[in-house]
Amino acid sequence: MDQFLQQVVNGISLGSIYALIALGYTMVYGIIKLINFAHGDVYMIGAFVGFAAITYAKMSFLPALLVAMIICAILGVIIERVAYKPLRNSTRIAALITAIGVSLLLEYVMMFFVGAEVRSYPKVLSDTAYHLGSVVINMQQLYIVLTAIALMILLQFIVHRTKTGKAMRAVSIDPDAAQLMGIKVDSTISYTFAIGSAFAGAAGVLVGIYYNSIDPLMGIMPGLKAFVAAVFGGIGSIPGAMIGGLAIGTMETFVSGYGNSMYRDAAVFLFLIIILIIRPSGLLGKNTREKV
Amino acid sequence: MMKVLTKNNLLILGVILLTFAIVQVLMSVGVITSFHEITIATICINIILAVSLNLVTGFTGQFSLGHAGFMSIGAYVCALIVMRYNSVEGFLLGTLAGALAATIVGILIGIPTLRLKGDYLAIATLGMAEIIRVVFLNLEITNGAAGLSGIPRYTNWFWMYLFVVLTIVLINNFIRSSYGRACISIREDEIAAESMGINTTKYKVMAFAIGSFFAGVAGALFASYFYFLKPNTFGFLKSIDILVIVVLGGMGSITGSVVAAILLALISTFLQSFTEIRMILYAVLLVAIMIFRPQGLMGTKEITDLFQFRKKNERIE
Repeated sequence: MDQFLQQVVNGISLGSIYALIALGYTMVYGIIKLINFAHGDVYMIGAFVGFAAITYAKMSFLPALLVAMIICAILGVIIERVAYKPLRNSTRIAALITAIGVSLLLEYVMMFFVGAEVRSYPKVLSDTAYHLGSVVINMQQLYIVLTAIALMILLQFIVHRTKTGKAMRAVSIDPDAAQLMGIKVDSTISYTFAIGSAFAGAAGVLVGIYYNSIDPLMGIMPGLKAFVAAVFGGIGSIPGAMIGGLAIGTMETFVSGYGNSMYRDAAVFLFLIIILIIRPSGLLGKNTREKV
Repeated sequence: MMKVLTKNNLLILGVILLTFAIVQVLMSVGVITSFHEITIATICINIILAVSLNLVTGFTGQFSLGHAGFMSIGAYVCALIVMRYNSVEGFLLGTLAGALAATIVGILIGIPTLRLKGDYLAIATLGMAEIIRVVFLNLEITNGAAGLSGIPRYTNWFWMYLFVVLTIVLINNFIRSSYGRACISIREDEIAAESMGINTTKYKVMAFAIGSFFAGVAGALFASYFYFLKPNTFGFLKSIDILVIVVLGGMGSITGSVVAAILLALISTFLQSFTEIRMILYAVLLVAIMIFRPQGLMGTKEITDLFQFRKKNERIE
């Protein structure tokens, strides 16, 4: 029982990180129907920016988080403008390959500048552990979960209470109709990328602190898993991405804790295939009917 | 009885034999060194992979990101067999067994996942390839992450060329048969195809099975050429590499896949001395091609289309 609770705690902290990345995937997919493969690499860049901010600029946790989020937001908008915008009317596969191309570009440009070796993250949060009964929660996990919750509340506010959010929802339902209603579709898409990438940047810093190591290829696996989380929750649905992230995170820690940790990636993908077969629209996704 | 020995077919046969002979002579004279031979092997294996993926993605329109998974099955099965029966027969048996194993897995995976469309299918196949990789990482018989080494080398220019020609001829004939036409109709419009009485699931699984068979063959050749196998060779990036060849050449053009496989291998060899920026250039190239020429080098045209102006109207666009 104690081990079970401990795994839940670990799962929730890992899951909050996945949820933050999954939000970016789901928002971008909701609005332009593109699997943004480069999203995992934006997260990697976020981790490196946070690393630089803490190590060289001697910032503390929150300023570093903010810097990483702002830089990632700018990067997200640049990626969208340069690589995805020219392809908005082309085939899905062309857009997907472009996304993969951008992903490779970010990875290897980063590798060119910082080298391929794994770096250890500076210690910015204390790792004081709190004992609740026999369950151990450390300061870092607390920070991760709180940051994730704060950002998700902020996102809910943006999407449901601001004009930009309203525009985002409108464009995701029908871009042409939204444009006819006087919504600037292009800038709405840019906002979406900015917000999604900022969240990925935040996730990058949190992961750096939690796992204490970063490298230029760190974004591939968490990126794919976060996408699985987004699909599980129902792609396009923001609460779905949060639930999906937590579910995948918990599942992964359980597979590592009780089974064989070598199989945890396989478990996540097997889970994905099962969801896709049983309920392709995900937990909270809407069923779309095919029209002829 | 169809005429097999038409003028055209004899011409094609002649070109095939001539290409083989020229490379063989250049090899024995020593113009093509063993360094070039690695490039040639890469080209041949990539052609088989790209042409078979083209059948699934380009002709049938089913977006697969898991081709490397099938390749790894072929590679491991062939390696295990050829390590036990160290002879040419063992190699051929291994290739056949590897290809059949890949086909069986392809059918088993294809039946449930091919109901999915577009991006979802892409992600499902990606997940499947990752599962295969993780399984190979953990199996005892495949020696885990360390991989298999000391696989006897039987793949040579003759076998590679033979399998490349067989792959191209068989897949080309498949596409030109009524089955192939059914596959193309699924790519063009799945709902319309279904309403015309085409069993779309059957043809999709069929294309997927043939695609996995040849991916398995390519894997077997790979295993027996490079002596050494490890699961991480067949990761997500390998599938992307194959997809890039297909898209660069043009989805729905076998000639395109062949040309792109040769072109990319040459570029890659040329950039060997600039390892650091090689992947950066590769990525930039990918994005640039998608922005400026999303239909690929050849579009859906074949090399024969370029010569046969007379039959232009018969071509399937």
